[in-house]
Amino acid sequence: MLQKLRQDARLQGLLLISPTLLWMMVLLIIPLLLTVVTSFGQRDTDGNVIYRFTLENYTRLIGFTAEGFDPLYFTILWRSLALALQTTVVSILLAYPLAFYIARAVPKRRNTLLFLVLVPLWTNFVIRIYAWIMILRTQGVLNSILGWGAGLVGLPFTPLDMYPSQGAVLIGMVYEFLPFMILPIYTSLEKIDGSLFEAAADLGANALRTFLRVTLPLSMPGVVAGTILTFIPVVGTFVVSDILGGRQVILVGNLIQRQFLEARNPPFGSAVSILLMVMTLFFTLYYTRRFGFGEEITAG
Amino acid sequence: MNRRSPWLTLSALAVYFFLYAPIVVLVLFSFNSSRTNIVFEGVVNRGACGPFYWFCQLAGNNDVLEATRNTLIIALISTLVSTLIGTLAAIALQRYAFPFKRTSEAMLYVPIVIPEIVMGIGILVFFSAIFRWLNANLGLQGDARLAMGLTTVIVSHIAFSVPFVIMIVRARLHGFDKSLEEAAMDLGANELVTFRRVTLPLIAPGVLSGALLAFTLSLDDFIITFFTTGPGATTLPIYVYGLLRRVITPEVNALSTIWILAVLLLVFISRQMERRSA
Repeated sequence: MLQKLRQDARLQGLLLISPTLLWMMVLLIIPLLLTVVTSFGQRDTDGNVIYRFTLENYTRLIGFTAEGFDPLYFTILWRSLALALQTTVVSILLAYPLAFYIARAVPKRRNTLLFLVLVPLWTNFVIRIYAWIMILRTQGVLNSILGWGAGLVGLPFTPLDMYPSQGAVLIGMVYEFLPFMILPIYTSLEKIDGSLFEAAADLGANALRTFLRVTLPLSMPGVVAGTILTFIPVVGTFVVSDILGGRQVILVGNLIQRQFLEARNPPFGSAVSILLMVMTLFFTLYYTRRFGFGEEITAG
Repeated sequence: MNRRSPWLTLSALAVYFFLYAPIVVLVLFSFNSSRTNIVFEGVVNRGACGPFYWFCQLAGNNDVLEATRNTLIIALISTLVSTLIGTLAAIALQRYAFPFKRTSEAMLYVPIVIPEIVMGIGILVFFSAIFRWLNANLGLQGDARLAMGLTTVIVSHIAFSVPFVIMIVRARLHGFDKSLEEAAMDLGANELVTFRRVTLPLIAPGVLSGALLAFTLSLDDFIITFFTTGPGATTLPIYVYGLLRRVITPEVNALSTIWILAVLLLVFISRQMERRSA
């Protein structure tokens, strides 16, 4: 037996990976399949799942209820997608100049500059949102500074109502995931061969033209990877909207969470969860097919 | 391209400001003398601890201590297990050909391309079904009933960190000169000795960064913990989240400040270790 193992490389490989495979099977694949099964099930009054087939959860999700058509869940879905898209766009706009700056810095300083991007990421996810409450609330830091500034120039000032709001959620989302956009963009910018810029200059391109025709296209893999790394977590999170949006900004994540912990309706929550998964898988597939699968996603 | 436009520098500085302003505010307010913690009313100076009043309050808070203990237990065990099985899997994927290799690789990407909440919900649905079935069939009553807790959180954390450990260890194995192992075997070392004396020291930095990533992922995790935790298994992020929905005192800031310092220290140590082994 041991002798056979020593000679059979295929068996050795399988043996080495089997603990991981087993773990992922039990805690990822089976749970996902069970979620699909549950989404076609029903529940009793205690919120226990009854495994009896029904399409009711999905028809409800689409908007057909006993009272007629109600696009409530479509609105939530749409809001989540729109917010994820806004977060991604704002993140690209903020991340690109910084990534460009770091990539152009002297090699010795690059590591330090990158390190500085990572530090905020190591503070806790929940704590980062909490910091924004302190800044954005009516008597918070930002309003204090604005009020002080207005006082200096003698303007009347009424504190801005920024928290809780959808804008606060957007800021929080961008803040949470910005480093995931900066890192892959930096990785792809750093890889660009410097002689390409010289060639572009020799051929008479100005700085803007060089950027548009050389730098931007070559850094696209980084932008693609960053988009995937930002869009997917944003579209599914419920914590940022829960805390910074008060109870007004309901996203898909909040909908799912409430079905499980408040409404006690696991089958419907499972259906929403499956829809969310299918949507992000389609997004990733379409997006990577269209723009190529950036290897930066693993390097970042 | 060495000319840098002042606009670029300025916008880079602005983004750094955006990244750091919240952290500065957080730390500053942990020294606030106002208990309501809305306006900064000067540095607190109370009791034996003086400006560190809120930090001392924290040390006497049993909920915080328990949450800290839970967080560390979960992070340590899940890091240990995920690093061990992840390193083995990385070696398998990088070195061996075996049945279902492509399928295994695809499966490892799943936790990265689906939202965390989907995985969290899946595990919740899975454990509720299993526990309900077991409790009914084994006739477990009262406190003996199986329920979510530390164990469910730990096994879930292992599941989401393994793919990241594998990714990092594989990257290290990729640049690995196989002839070193062959040389060791030629010189009469058996597989085990070769692995211990040649392979392991060479991939150690990769294993270490993998472990560090697993540890920080576990420390930082909110969503999956939220769906797999139970009574008595509150972690720090879950505890802070609970507080945010009720009342916010400078204690939360003090907790955040300690957290940031601890993680920075951890990162600093690991960088030093990496530098030494490089």
